[in-house]
Amino acid sequence: MTHLDDSSTTAAATSAHDVTSTTFASTGTRATRLIGIATLVAMGWLVLFGLVFSPADVNQGESVRFFYIHAPTIWVAYNSFIVTAFASGAYLFTKKHSLGWDRLAGASAEIGVVFVALTLLTGALWGRLTWGVFWRWDARLTTTALLFTAYIGYLAIRRLGGTHHQRARRSAVIGLLSVLLIPLVHWSVVIWRGLHQEATVLGTDADADIDGIMLFSILVGVVAFSLFYVWFVLHRTRVLAMEDLVEERGLDAALDARRAEAAATDGGGS
Amino acid sequence: MSGVGTLRLARLVAAKDLRIEGRSRVVTNQVLPFAAVTMVLFGFALDANTSVLETVAPGLVWLATMFSLLVLVQRNFSIEDDDGALDSMRVAGVDPRAIYLGKAIGLGVQLAVLEVVLLAAAVVLYGETVRVEGLVLLVTTLICATCGLAAVGTLYGGLAAGFRGRETLLPLLTLPAITPVLIGATRAVEAALGTAGAAVSDGWQWVSLLAVFAVAFGVGGALAFGPLIDE
Amino acid sequence: MTVAFIDDAGFIFSGYAITFLAVGVLAWRVVRSGRSLAKQIPDDEKHWT
Repeated sequence: MTHLDDSSTTAAATSAHDVTSTTFASTGTRATRLIGIATLVAMGWLVLFGLVFSPADVNQGESVRFFYIHAPTIWVAYNSFIVTAFASGAYLFTKKHSLGWDRLAGASAEIGVVFVALTLLTGALWGRLTWGVFWRWDARLTTTALLFTAYIGYLAIRRLGGTHHQRARRSAVIGLLSVLLIPLVHWSVVIWRGLHQEATVLGTDADADIDGIMLFSILVGVVAFSLFYVWFVLHRTRVLAMEDLVEERGLDAALDARRAEAAATDGGGS
Repeated sequence: MSGVGTLRLARLVAAKDLRIEGRSRVVTNQVLPFAAVTMVLFGFALDANTSVLETVAPGLVWLATMFSLLVLVQRNFSIEDDDGALDSMRVAGVDPRAIYLGKAIGLGVQLAVLEVVLLAAAVVLYGETVRVEGLVLLVTTLICATCGLAAVGTLYGGLAAGFRGRETLLPLLTLPAITPVLIGATRAVEAALGTAGAAVSDGWQWVSLLAVFAVAFGVGGALAFGPLIDE
Repeated sequence: MTVAFIDDAGFIFSGYAITFLAVGVLAWRVVRSGRSLAKQIPDDEKHWT
């Protein structure tokens, strides 16, 4: 019924693994399940510590609770872009040009973009409470917004089409160039704001009189989102690998069908 | 391939592009009018408020340049695409760095012409004045910003060339990447023209930013162009 | 002060809700696509098994 059965070259291999007989019907393994459970526990802790246990800040009041999700998400997002750049370089500069590196880069960028979006969103809500406005033309905010759009562009390039290695090479180059872009954007925005700088945002650094339990809550946030990052990247790279396989198979099946057609018209049934 | 050969080839590619543009007159007949209309529309959007227009004129000039850059890049790569010229050059063994540099130079020359026209439009339409003491800064800014824009435009243009949906992809890729140029070039031109009382000496830090940007993307683009177009 | 707290609470809770909702949707989508694709691929091609 499925195109797997049509494939003549791999018929022997595939017939043993019919659609219904797959034992691994998901991208989960024992390791991802453990990480998943740990993520859920850490997220639960984060909610408890962030919303219940941790006290209101002296300067910021209740709005300090944003910090426990705002800071960890951007921290994980930055790290995921570093992983993307590293994996892009590994794809380009290793002899094997393994698509595994490319898929790691893609999966990491996907979750990075989502986390930057969350950071911008929680930051806007937090800013509305502490500054009275959703957005400020602050160096850090502006750089983050540009980072966000740059990586949306990166993900768009991954969907351009072509062969898998074309996709990998193109996106690897852009993944590396985007890293070049970050310091340039940041530098330009910093001197731009430096020229007409207002008073620094009070209390966002939160280092001055930070409570022990606040510090711990941030740590819980970092652990929770990092665990989720690992869990997601493991699953996502597997999904991407299967997507590539399905695409290849679709191509093979189409070729086989064409060949079978040609053979049938040529010499009759065999 | 030797360095001399690369530069000579780059000059040939640039000359080819400019000759095609000179004959087709798309730049003079379509892109320049497009940029001019943008400048007039800015005037409508800001309610033709002369004092506001004078203050924001440098930014508007660069914004109009960047919109036109997108049009120019599309144009520069569609002439390659139409008859598969890019592929022929690759098959003929032309160094991709030479193709990149050549196309960037060609694009840069067109951009420079455009910028001068847009500055003149700012003088005429928005009441901007060019002062003598800022002239060196102005010219240096134009050169550095043009190099940066041409480097980024050629790189992303080559990347998106020949793909469906490149018309929408190109702005998404290019505009965030050239933000440093928009910020830097706008402040530098403000300093050069003395907009809102800016001093000429304020402009040079921006020129250094523009120069670093141009070198970084020029080198990065020349290195990356081969893998990108090599299919 | 109490009014301000209620005001803040809305912001804070929606911030947390959106974050965890996004994480949940991301997780659900990747698991779902994994399940549907795993049916089309034989086990010996799944490198994690």
